[in-house]
Amino acid sequence: MASSPYMGRSTAPAIPAHWRDFVALTKPRVMTLVVFTGLCGLLAAPGHLHPVLAFTAILCIALGAGAAAALNQWYEADIDAKMKRTASRPLPAGRMDRQSALHFGVGLSFFSVLLMGMATNWLAAAVLAVSILFYVFVYTIWLKPRTTQNIVIGGAAGAFPPVIGWAAVTGDITALPVALFMLIFFWTPPHFWALALFVKTDYAAANIPMLPVVAGEVATRRQIWFYTAIMAVAAMAPVLLKLTGLIYGVTALLGTGLFAVFAFQVLRRRETDPSRMQPEKRLFKYSILYLFLLFGAVVADRWLLA
Amino acid sequence: MTPEEDEQVRSRQKSRAIVMGLLLGALVILFYAITIAKMDGGQ
Repeated sequence: MASSPYMGRSTAPAIPAHWRDFVALTKPRVMTLVVFTGLCGLLAAPGHLHPVLAFTAILCIALGAGAAAALNQWYEADIDAKMKRTASRPLPAGRMDRQSALHFGVGLSFFSVLLMGMATNWLAAAVLAVSILFYVFVYTIWLKPRTTQNIVIGGAAGAFPPVIGWAAVTGDITALPVALFMLIFFWTPPHFWALALFVKTDYAAANIPMLPVVAGEVATRRQIWFYTAIMAVAAMAPVLLKLTGLIYGVTALLGTGLFAVFAFQVLRRRETDPSRMQPEKRLFKYSILYLFLLFGAVVADRWLLA
Repeated sequence: MTPEEDEQVRSRQKSRAIVMGLLLGALVILFYAITIAKMDGGQ
């Protein structure tokens, strides 16, 4: 990699990175869920925000998530190079120099936070800044290489978007956005560990202490079930606290029930061959749909039952 | 640098310049729209 014309460090690289590689650095596919939950937080909030300012708020959430992803890849370029899933990213593949990624990530972070503050309010901007800093410093740099519980606490970074969306409209943070934060927070472990079960070998190759690598698959399956139980409480909390209505209540009850069924199937299995982990893959895919459904239901409650 | 690499550099610089120009144009429109929205009362 050192001989690559893209990888000059002290001087500018011989061949500048393609603009598409800067887009790839922001992990656009991962951004979908972040944008969606942020939009739902914005739409569920009481009050009105001018459509242009609402668009800007969502744009800032997307740019902030992209900035955090770029900084994550800047820091983890060496680790990404060791994993098949991430080896083709711009930095490990040698299509971009690390300094460009750092400048891009830092610049985009400041831009997204400042634009959020100027377009909506500084509380939303502050929470956006905290979410970027949390993802980069607490998750990427501190927790991820050190503990098997990395994604439990680090998952908080992905739980901020609905709070940011809400704060952009109201200028405050009340019980419902906190409940939505808790839902994503406790959803992240079963979602991510289901993935980690069938890509375990990749994490082992990169020496990342993911739960299946360090504690084993049986412990991971138990932890998935444990956090699914806590997530179920978090999912039903908005109903019990009367923060949402009937649509969310029914969706959360049925959706969480199905989640628990899939998680229970994963708990009972002892399969170690990733190619035969269909229930684990089903839980991972369903977990994404589950979050879309529940957040969609929060918005439906506000707009259809209001 | 070989002639092929030189050509690639020019091609990359051109495409990046075009994208940067489009982004700056989009930002001008966005900031104008934000200003109008804020003048209308905003929230």
